[in-house]
Amino acid sequence: MAAAESYPDDLRYHEEHDWARIEGNEAVLGITWFAADALGELVHFEAPEVGSTVAKDQSYGEVESVKAVSDVIAPLSGEVLEVNGQVVDAPETVNEDPYGTGWLLRIRLAESGEVDALLDAGAYRELLAQQ
Amino acid sequence: MPATLLHTPLHDRHVELGARMVPFAGWEMPVQYEGVIPEHRAVRTDAGVFDVSHMGELEVEGPRARELLQGALSNDLERLEAGQAQYTLLTNEDGGIIDDLIAYRVGEHSYLLVVNASNRANVYAWLKEREIAGSDVRDVSDDCALLAVQGPHAIERLGLPAAPAFTFAETFVDGVEVMVNRTGYTGEDGCELLCMTEDAIRLWDAVLERGVVPCGLGARDTLRLEVCYPLHGNDIGPDTDAISAGLGWTCALEKEFEGVDVLRRVKADGPERRLIAFVMEEKAIPRQGMPIDGGGEVTSGSHSPMLEIGIGMGYVPAAQAKPETELTIDVRGRPRRARVVKKPIYKREG
Repeated sequence: MAAAESYPDDLRYHEEHDWARIEGNEAVLGITWFAADALGELVHFEAPEVGSTVAKDQSYGEVESVKAVSDVIAPLSGEVLEVNGQVVDAPETVNEDPYGTGWLLRIRLAESGEVDALLDAGAYRELLAQQ
Repeated sequence: MPATLLHTPLHDRHVELGARMVPFAGWEMPVQYEGVIPEHRAVRTDAGVFDVSHMGELEVEGPRARELLQGALSNDLERLEAGQAQYTLLTNEDGGIIDDLIAYRVGEHSYLLVVNASNRANVYAWLKEREIAGSDVRDVSDDCALLAVQGPHAIERLGLPAAPAFTFAETFVDGVEVMVNRTGYTGEDGCELLCMTEDAIRLWDAVLERGVVPCGLGARDTLRLEVCYPLHGNDIGPDTDAISAGLGWTCALEKEFEGVDVLRRVKADGPERRLIAFVMEEKAIPRQGMPIDGGGEVTSGSHSPMLEIGIGMGYVPAAQAKPETELTIDVRGRPRRARVVKKPIYKREG
């Protein structure tokens, strides 16, 4: 079952429909409900390697539904500490729980100052309302 | 894309059901309602209904209708009796495929052709140009709506009697006059219901009332790909011939039709490349246009909802066409392993 639309207040957002949960000098990344809904049920996550680096505003992987492919944009820069294997094995987890079990990566932040440039939930909701 | 997209008579019903509407061949069509995967599974396990009213219907009538069609279509029309249908190709001078279509013999001197939406104008113009005295070609698409009801329980849900594939009959479904064609594009049992445009909403509502799941073009594409039915514009077209595409069985090479000499030659020499089916051996989803190492190309690719792997079809040099041959597909710069398989890719167990 696909999750109901939501944008939790404790996350920060990137305008390319990605979210970050800041945990000290690490962050957990994923795609928003809006992105998952627009794609439809995910059937593939092309993930980066653990140990590789991701750069803010650059693509770090791809998510695919039956009909479409989309780049996943990094909201923050850092080194990949962990890839969510559950999503690699069962990509539909993202549709079911985009902010929980459907997370994509855990990274070690390269520059914690980058966080300030991200949107809060209110600003992200406003961005969606304009679309 | 034209500025104004055409609407089928069921457009408002699709919007009310929350369908995601997309442009397709000049029409605004539902690509999905609940989702491609649940709709696909509904057709494989129960019954689904597709609005395919965008497809074209041409009537060809007159004492010389058969002569006109026999010279234009690849399959042997002589074998077709009233009440029967036949999958056939309209070919050009080079043996290329202008359209793949189903011909229904409605009467002694009367045929109905159901053609792809994107080729409707071309097919009509092609046949009109070749019309002979005693044959009359008319485009009646605007008068018709077409619903494909497909799945192992489709016929039972519609309350229709069993009938052989590629036959048709005129009857009523919940009071709506329909032509029930035992044809389809999913590899499942089922039918295609042709009705008058003004009856389309009544028929659609009746079919849904019988518990049939509304399905969009997204599921139609994954269903046909699993069973390796070619899609005109992807897998076959004016520049591909029937023999290379594995459609030799639709070509009566002993009769005369446009481009037959080319097809006879390809058949005699053996095609240089063949349309094959493949499954991915690694996690990746092949897509149309991706190169296959050795000079091939993917013509259709997607995720198989039944097998839960990437699957596709594509042209490869004849030497690579044998089942079990390993292929490498360039998935946006990443080499991914695939394996040639026998068609169809998906077959119901047992």
